[in-house]
Amino acid sequence: MSYTFNWSVLWTGQAGGWLLDGLITTIEISFLAWWLAVVLGIGSGAMRTAPMAPLRWAAAAYVEFFRNVPLLVWMFFWYFAVPPLLPDTVREWLFDHGAEFWAALCALGVYHGARFSEVIRAGIQAIPKTQFEAAVSTGLTVTQAYRLIILPIALRLIIPPATNESLNLLKNSSVALTIGVAELTFQTRQIETYTAKAFEALAAGTVIYLLLCLTIATLMARVERRFAIPGMIAQGAVGEN
Amino acid sequence: MRKAPWEKINVELRVIADNFAFLILQGFFGFGAFTGGTLRLAVPAIVLGFLLGIFIGLGRLARSRWIHVPMTIYVEFFRGVPLVMVIFWFWFIIPVLVGKSLPEYSVALIAFVVFEAAYLGEIVRAGIQSVPRGQVEAATATGLTRAQAMRHVILPQAFRNMIPALVTQFIVLLKDTSLASIIGYVDLTKAAQIVNNREIRPFELYLFIAAIYWACSYGMSRYAHALERRLNPQAA
Repeated sequence: MSYTFNWSVLWTGQAGGWLLDGLITTIEISFLAWWLAVVLGIGSGAMRTAPMAPLRWAAAAYVEFFRNVPLLVWMFFWYFAVPPLLPDTVREWLFDHGAEFWAALCALGVYHGARFSEVIRAGIQAIPKTQFEAAVSTGLTVTQAYRLIILPIALRLIIPPATNESLNLLKNSSVALTIGVAELTFQTRQIETYTAKAFEALAAGTVIYLLLCLTIATLMARVERRFAIPGMIAQGAVGEN
Repeated sequence: MRKAPWEKINVELRVIADNFAFLILQGFFGFGAFTGGTLRLAVPAIVLGFLLGIFIGLGRLARSRWIHVPMTIYVEFFRGVPLVMVIFWFWFIIPVLVGKSLPEYSVALIAFVVFEAAYLGEIVRAGIQSVPRGQVEAATATGLTRAQAMRHVILPQAFRNMIPALVTQFIVLLKDTSLASIIGYVDLTKAAQIVNNREIRPFELYLFIAAIYWACSYGMSRYAHALERRLNPQAA
């Protein structure tokens, strides 16, 4: 083994700035994709438990279609196959404004929306059916029952699996490097290319990912305790997917 | 003249028909000029990963902290790092350690086995913990040692309970093997990229491979679901 360590490459030269840029891009894309995924996931997850069959089918079709294909294939699909279908003005605007970022955002958000949907469905199904019946019998409409009774309970139940899924989204944002998004893994490779110090660059990237995941996990554990309904703390009620 | 979106989709299935053999035989199965193939990577990776996973799962349940602490760190480390990062680690580190660069296939296989073992170890651990305590006590009461009880009583029952989770993990792995294409391994995704570079037909090609992944993944998830119901009839 012949390798000389030179950790100073991480703070001399441009490497530090690149890492910071990468970190910001990773957080940015993960955060935006997370919102997209949560909206799609809550919508379709609630639809999958709805009493109307066509709603259930539509949501099931979305979930099964997107989650059974690798994220990388969706990245290529959104980046290479979708823009030619768009109107010329939209396409030109996109390619002037970082099309790869928007494509990666769609790929991540839509793919993880399908996965969030399963988490939310499991959460809703873990609530006894009598809750829904009681809500409707007090005169609430189906939509009101979902908004006021079912979702507030389900959202609390799913905090642990949803945290897990959010961390998956964060880690999966690294796949965006394949279409040229300059996120953290991309920058790590760039440092390696410029300094030929693979070990140091990868170690820096890895530590940042680990710290990010650890921070979010700790934060969410706190959120879980903060929002727990007294007497309704579900211990492992919802299985992790 | 402006065209409506649907007029722009002039789907050409010829590109699929012409490259069908390359995509399926080379890309999916791995027969052909390149050492590649989605299945040729996924199948050995799940088998070897599971073998390593048994040790990790058992290690996490070991009484000695010299065993369970390192195993816990292993699992938490790999579950906290993106797979892309792990693949790059092995891609750069193996040549330094071995002194020469290995083919993409070996690098990808090692990376997947090491990475998946962390997840498979958790499945093994959950499987072992799902066996009722009374079984261990009964086994020990008949005079078996701890190791014997594990081998003859606990693991066979645990394995049965693990099967649905293992099928699910194989689905995840099958989709994850697409990431081996970033170091140049010719799997189904890379095969589609190679064809697309020549034909510039991304819509048809990427949807086609999506359909193949979808069929495998969806088919197996139905199978896992059926297995789960057969093993555990009262649930679901």
